[in-house]
Amino acid sequence: MPEISVKTENLVRNFGSFVAVNQVNIEVYQKEIFGFLGANGAGKTTMIRMLCGLLKPSSGKATVGGLDVYRQSEQIKRSIGYMSQKFSLYEDLTVEENINFYGGIYDLNQKRIQKKRDEIFFSLGMGDYARTLTYDLPLGFKQRLALGCALLHDPRILFLDEPTSGVDPKARRDFWEIIHQTVALGTTIFVTTHFMEEAEYCHRVFIMDAGKIIALDTPTKLKNRYKKKSMQEVFVTLVEKQQEKKTNPMPDSNDKMS
Amino acid sequence: MKVIEITDYCKRYDGVAAVEGVTLKVEYGELFGLIGPDGAGKTTLLRAICTLLTPDEGKILVMGKDVTQSIMDIRSLVGYMPQRFSLYQDLSVEQNLRFFADLFGVTEGKRERRLLQLFEFSRLAPFKKRKAGELSGGMKQKLSLSCALIHTPEILVLDEPTYGVDPISRQEFWEILRSIQKEKTTILVSTAYMDEADLCDRVALMHQGKITMVGTPEKIKASFHYHLYRLEGKDVRFLRDFFQKLPSVRSTQLFGDTVHVSFCKKPALSDWKNWQRDSRGNLKRWASQPPSMEDVFMESTEKER
Repeated sequence: MPEISVKTENLVRNFGSFVAVNQVNIEVYQKEIFGFLGANGAGKTTMIRMLCGLLKPSSGKATVGGLDVYRQSEQIKRSIGYMSQKFSLYEDLTVEENINFYGGIYDLNQKRIQKKRDEIFFSLGMGDYARTLTYDLPLGFKQRLALGCALLHDPRILFLDEPTSGVDPKARRDFWEIIHQTVALGTTIFVTTHFMEEAEYCHRVFIMDAGKIIALDTPTKLKNRYKKKSMQEVFVTLVEKQQEKKTNPMPDSNDKMS
Repeated sequence: MKVIEITDYCKRYDGVAAVEGVTLKVEYGELFGLIGPDGAGKTTLLRAICTLLTPDEGKILVMGKDVTQSIMDIRSLVGYMPQRFSLYQDLSVEQNLRFFADLFGVTEGKRERRLLQLFEFSRLAPFKKRKAGELSGGMKQKLSLSCALIHTPEILVLDEPTYGVDPISRQEFWEILRSIQKEKTTILVSTAYMDEADLCDRVALMHQGKITMVGTPEKIKASFHYHLYRLEGKDVRFLRDFFQKLPSVRSTQLFGDTVHVSFCKKPALSDWKNWQRDSRGNLKRWASQPPSMEDVFMESTEKER
């Protein structure tokens, strides 16, 4: 059995009387690319915030890289990386300066930063841009730099938030290629996205609606099960089914929505 | 007469071409998609059509009128939904609509009926009194669309209306576009989501300021030159590395639990049998995979390079 990287048991988070995450059980394995899908308000953000150690659960258990989200949230923050489509890079710093800055934030020593910088320049093909202002980078390279910075401290788990929407297909494929290489070295990847083409790159996807899991499987199996060609269609079908259940709890009840 | 006719349009910012030599025609009543990644020049082109930018070179005609001459005429013909939410956040849904009706000179007689129609398709009536700033993403998008439609334009221009919107709202939005099209409105919509190309009658693929292909989604996809297969097996990384080394393979792409391999020449059954043996039993299944718009887009940009 592969090693478990993230595990939740009956995880719950309430906001007042609203149940944002409702009894969620997942197991994510090491070296897995795990996709996290859901419409707005499905509970994805709450879930991610709990797993990043930013929000305490209301009840249930959760461990991230073996660390407990209740008691070890500071260690969790140190052992994860986060990269968002809304880049957190400083646009008025050069590529090199951004790397140095983030290296400092992660408390890496000069030697380590230099090693990491060389790695980013070489493996992400960014050497020519070392002294370029981040603002002037092509979008695909900004993305690579953001990824490089998120990996500076060798996190065990990397969270990606809609990492490639809007970039050109070539850059997108190159990006996922890098992700696959990162995974091969032992990192676990959590992807949250609205963009169903990104879901196709995941080993398994997890679809959430109203705080609950409504599907958890590989993209191929889900497409076969619902006889759909794309994850977009699978997603829409599943969520619509849920909504029908909600609006028509009994076959003969009046539809209050219309 | 074409609804929109663009000839050799060029626009530069500080000497850098945002749009370079674009020629394009949009026909009456069609739902036309401008498909390309961020930075392809989509917004520049759409703004130029809406009379918001002057060309450095070339010409744009909207219903036969020149965008640099008949500015006010064209603005009354075109409804424009910009990329960013640009409504007044502290006005209610209804106040925003009435404000836009004033701006576009919608007469009293027509106004109430139009509001009713717009509330009906957008299903925003229950939220009339809510402030625009307090709407969800999907509702904001429908309000922007309603405001762009307030003067019953003949042409609707939308700049990435579904950006960042969840898949369900996205699907609903496309259904609304279809219903608007049925009322004989010509629609020009841009998107960076390649899969949305399939929802348009015709599309233009745009890359680095240029149009690389134009046609129906079916025709564009049929133009794909290679033979694409979807492979499944025990260890997909191993499979990928195995196929990448073959001389007849043009490219490989690792997805979650599958590998896509594009071949220059269609493999024979005997080839597959050999590969099955040579890959040490790793190859479990293979099936022809219809190319996606993304595959075609990549091919069209590679040719250019």
